Amino acid sequence: MATIKDRASVPAGSGLNDDIGEAKRLELYRTQVVLREAEQRAYDLFLQNLVKGTSHLSLGQEAVAAGFAGAMQKGDLSFCTYRGHAHTLARGVPVEKVLGELMQRDNGLMRGKGGSMHLTSVEHGVMGSYAIIGAHLPIACGAAWRAQYKGAKDVSVCFFGDGTTNIGAFHEALNFAAVWKLPVIFVCENNLYMEYTPISEVTAVEHPAADRAASYGLERIVVDGNDADAVYRIAQTAFTKARAGKGPSLIECMTYRHSGHSRADPAKYRPEGELERWKLRDPIKIYRERLLQFGVAETVIKGIDNEVRKIVDDATEACKAAPNPPFDIITTDVYADGGWAWRN
Amino acid sequence: MAELTYRDAVIRGIAQEMTRDPDVVFLGEDVAKAGGVFKATVGLYEQFGPLRVRDTPISEQAIMGAAMGAAMTGLKPIAEIMFSDFFAVCFDYIANEFPKSRYMSNGQVKCPLVIRTGNGAGSRFGAQHSQSVENWCMMIPGLKVVAPSSPVDVIGLLAAAVRDPDPVIFCEHKSLYATKGEVPDGEIVDQLGTAKILRPGKDATIVALALMVPRALEAAEKLKAEHGIDCEIIDVRSLVPLDTQTILGSVAKTHRLFSVEENPRLCGWGAEIVSIVADEAFYDLDGPPVRITTPHIPLPAADILEDVVLPTPGRIVDTVRRSLGS
Repeated sequence: MATIKDRASVPAGSGLNDDIGEAKRLELYRTQVVLREAEQRAYDLFLQNLVKGTSHLSLGQEAVAAGFAGAMQKGDLSFCTYRGHAHTLARGVPVEKVLGELMQRDNGLMRGKGGSMHLTSVEHGVMGSYAIIGAHLPIACGAAWRAQYKGAKDVSVCFFGDGTTNIGAFHEALNFAAVWKLPVIFVCENNLYMEYTPISEVTAVEHPAADRAASYGLERIVVDGNDADAVYRIAQTAFTKARAGKGPSLIECMTYRHSGHSRADPAKYRPEGELERWKLRDPIKIYRERLLQFGVAETVIKGIDNEVRKIVDDATEACKAAPNPPFDIITTDVYADGGWAWRN
Repeated sequence: MAELTYRDAVIRGIAQEMTRDPDVVFLGEDVAKAGGVFKATVGLYEQFGPLRVRDTPISEQAIMGAAMGAAMTGLKPIAEIMFSDFFAVCFDYIANEFPKSRYMSNGQVKCPLVIRTGNGAGSRFGAQHSQSVENWCMMIPGLKVVAPSSPVDVIGLLAAAVRDPDPVIFCEHKSLYATKGEVPDGEIVDQLGTAKILRPGKDATIVALALMVPRALEAAEKLKAEHGIDCEIIDVRSLVPLDTQTILGSVAKTHRLFSVEENPRLCGWGAEIVSIVADEAFYDLDGPPVRITTPHIPLPAADILEDVVLPTPGRIVDTVRRSLGS
């Protein structure tokens, strides 16, 4: 079974290598704190019965979203799964819009028409969160095909979990992207569990994404997904490759989900001590220590924490005060004429 | 004016739209260099080049997803799924992805794409290469569904589908590819959601689709000549949007309704039309609406068996004649 020992096969964070610079590091830290605070708040609001439906949190996986978002340029496109809150927030979508959608209020990103699993913000490059496993890998290929056809320089980035590597669409998309040399980056967040079952129990290879890369003529890449610097560096490499017309990348980020699969899952299937071991490698803890190593003052870090906390508090209050969606949107936007008419 | 096959009309329709709009691109299995397994895309690769007409692997999910991603970000893709039976291996896109993205995103995501597919029986291919699946698609909110019966309609409705801002399923009937029809010169653009009265009549309305249209027309000639029954034939053409006004108007005149459907009976498209007429024009009817369909069976391969299960002109004549009591 894949456990924390897999860390041994992951390249270590590169210590005091200051290739990233303080401004970017503070950005990477802040993004992770936004994701952590907003998702922790979503969980609290769920316990208060204010977040409805389901929700799939990325608590513990923030470094992947922050590292990739930090390497993206305006115009780059994100394709997410139902575990997409973090990737949506990381592209700069306001916390209030995301919490509003989770709370199914009229101020939500899609006014409650999509819900937690379908966060979409085209103006921020978030081209959707897809709740059918694997569906968005081919879709990201299509967006990348458009960039290639138009001679545009944007890159499509597709985030998915380890469980996705065992569905057909994963393999169709990888082959398709490789054959067409598309500017797309496939990012597997390997959090060790497909849903409730360890990925190692249902997968023929140790690294469910990276060990399949060779089948599609791609490099085998495994990265420490709890280290935002490591993720940011590998993301930059993949973006450079994609923008140069050299085709797709497949990157497996080793990480861990602090919460269960979804709100209904207490994650009792985890072996004793596993969560605690991974919490020692909490991406935000790691990053806070790194900032201190680089001489960032504790007051600066605390300042970011407080600023983000206030944003999330204000968003929470705004969402609690927001009205429910009106009934007249039930029949809007079924078709492009804005309505739902299927007959004359 | 020229005589064109249904197959060549597909080529002309795609070429017309690709010439008009450089954002129209085309992908599918064996569609480019080979010109398509039904030879319905011959010459497009040579005319529009390898960037716009692209062969794909046998990966229906990748084809559908790629079309969707391209459509969401500004292209107007036409994708081919070789046999409509293969919709079943990429049904996620048809049922969950491109029809729902606009709604779920509160109007942010647009999906203007066309899925062309070889639909229908008559080739003796058996149960997995012969189905009429238009009713699989008709029941999904957010999709439009079209099935032309003649070369001129192929061009006009294909052009309308490409120009439409919604995802459109375009069902080409495999057994019509070799049929011929008169096609005017120049650009042809039709309108989705419009049925066509192909033969006026006063005694009964027969609604039909795709391959069932020529069969209904043939039956109507026999009914008139041999039984004095004057049938009005409506080519439904577009299941979504559905032109109910043309159908209701016809029933108000003839007072009888028959549907001729190639899809298996349960939940076939004719059931919806019968339901609408029963709801809204019950007192126009002089008798029960009657559905003439393929039975609720997988299609057999053998020619003599396949011929028996599909609605034929003979079955249409007998059913209408018995129902009208003549």
